[in-house]
Amino acid sequence: MKSKLVTTFLALAALLSISASVFAHHGNAAYDNKTMTVKGTVTAWVWTNPHSFLKFDAKDDKGNVVHWLGEWNAPSTLINFGITAKSFKPGEEVTVTMRGMAKSGEPIGRVEKVILPDGQELSMGNER
Amino acid sequence: MLNRFVAATIIFAGMAYAPATRAQNPPQRESGKNIHREGWDRIVPPQQQTGAPAPVRDLSGIWEPIPGYRDGVFATGPRGYPADGKPEHELPFTPLGLKTWHEHKPGFGTTAVPIAENNDPFDICDPIGFPRIELFNLRAIEFFQNKNQVAIIYQNDQVFRNIWMDGRQLPKIDDLPEPRWYGYSVGKWVDDYTFVVETIGLDERTWIDNVGRPHSDQLKVTETWHRVNHDVLELTLTIDDPKMYTKPWNALDKFKMGLQPEWFDIREQVCAVSEELDYTKTVAKPVDAAKKK
Repeated sequence: MKSKLVTTFLALAALLSISASVFAHHGNAAYDNKTMTVKGTVTAWVWTNPHSFLKFDAKDDKGNVVHWLGEWNAPSTLINFGITAKSFKPGEEVTVTMRGMAKSGEPIGRVEKVILPDGQELSMGNER
Repeated sequence: MLNRFVAATIIFAGMAYAPATRAQNPPQRESGKNIHREGWDRIVPPQQQTGAPAPVRDLSGIWEPIPGYRDGVFATGPRGYPADGKPEHELPFTPLGLKTWHEHKPGFGTTAVPIAENNDPFDICDPIGFPRIELFNLRAIEFFQNKNQVAIIYQNDQVFRNIWMDGRQLPKIDDLPEPRWYGYSVGKWVDDYTFVVETIGLDERTWIDNVGRPHSDQLKVTETWHRVNHDVLELTLTIDDPKMYTKPWNALDKFKMGLQPEWFDIREQVCAVSEELDYTKTVAKPVDAAKKK
């Protein structure tokens, strides 16, 4: 299993001044304004309401596997930005940029964009 | 002669299939750009502006907020009164109204709390109720009407309402048999292009909007649907609840919706309890967990 896990863990945390993004259902209060990019392997793409989420594994700088979770918008919104229920497959290596990380310190963030193995970038552009 | 027959056949076949072809434009996925799609994944064309006059006493059709299909999300409260702390958006609460509002723990607005402390009934998939169905995530809707009633179906939460126009009058609130999530509605045409709906008997467990504005059993909601022309419909929604507010207020004031193509399929957007529980377990609780040392 370890061989399937990813490889590189890029934690590029940067404090950015961004406006609160809008997830219309539950709210933003549990997230900060940090940005982080992580390279990992998809374990599940959960296409559900009120929000979708991408599960992926990555190793930290000590070699420990971290189970990441990237929360994204509802399917009814994502579908208009070229992101579908079939956009991610388990086992794929992806690079996930999250803007807004869990204040609790858990490996959870809000997805801003994902780069697929073929280099294709999936995002909502300037909208969230 | 034969060639003419073949040519005519081809042209006829092309004409016969043209509408379907227009409606089934090929998928064009380009992430990062907002290309609106309906439920069958067909690209929705820009809002039509025919300039044609409105049909008389007719709201039938599929409508979406304009200029953008996401303009009715109203995450921080309805367009007329968002909970943003600005003095002009302060609501005329009664003491009970203010107290009840502060007992509600929404995810948005000036009283927002972290997810784990949230007590929004819609976050556990209770029915969203009326008028919140029009004041939060107002997406595509469709009107059906006959001589006795107008029915509205809503994309959000896949719900419908019946508005009676068969001559019945609204009873006194205290004479209603029971409260309902979507209340009891009676409508009438006040002119050929303006349909006014009054609704009472609303379940007190529902919130008025996404920031937890409360209502009591005395709430009366008035919707004014005004068809400006063939393509545009305006909604004004008035809240009147003397227990919670000292005077009526317009949650929406001429909020615009645009007529969509007849082939537009309203997307499924339901609150599924299993998905909500999975979200709570997977995201909501961990994201709010105590900060690690």
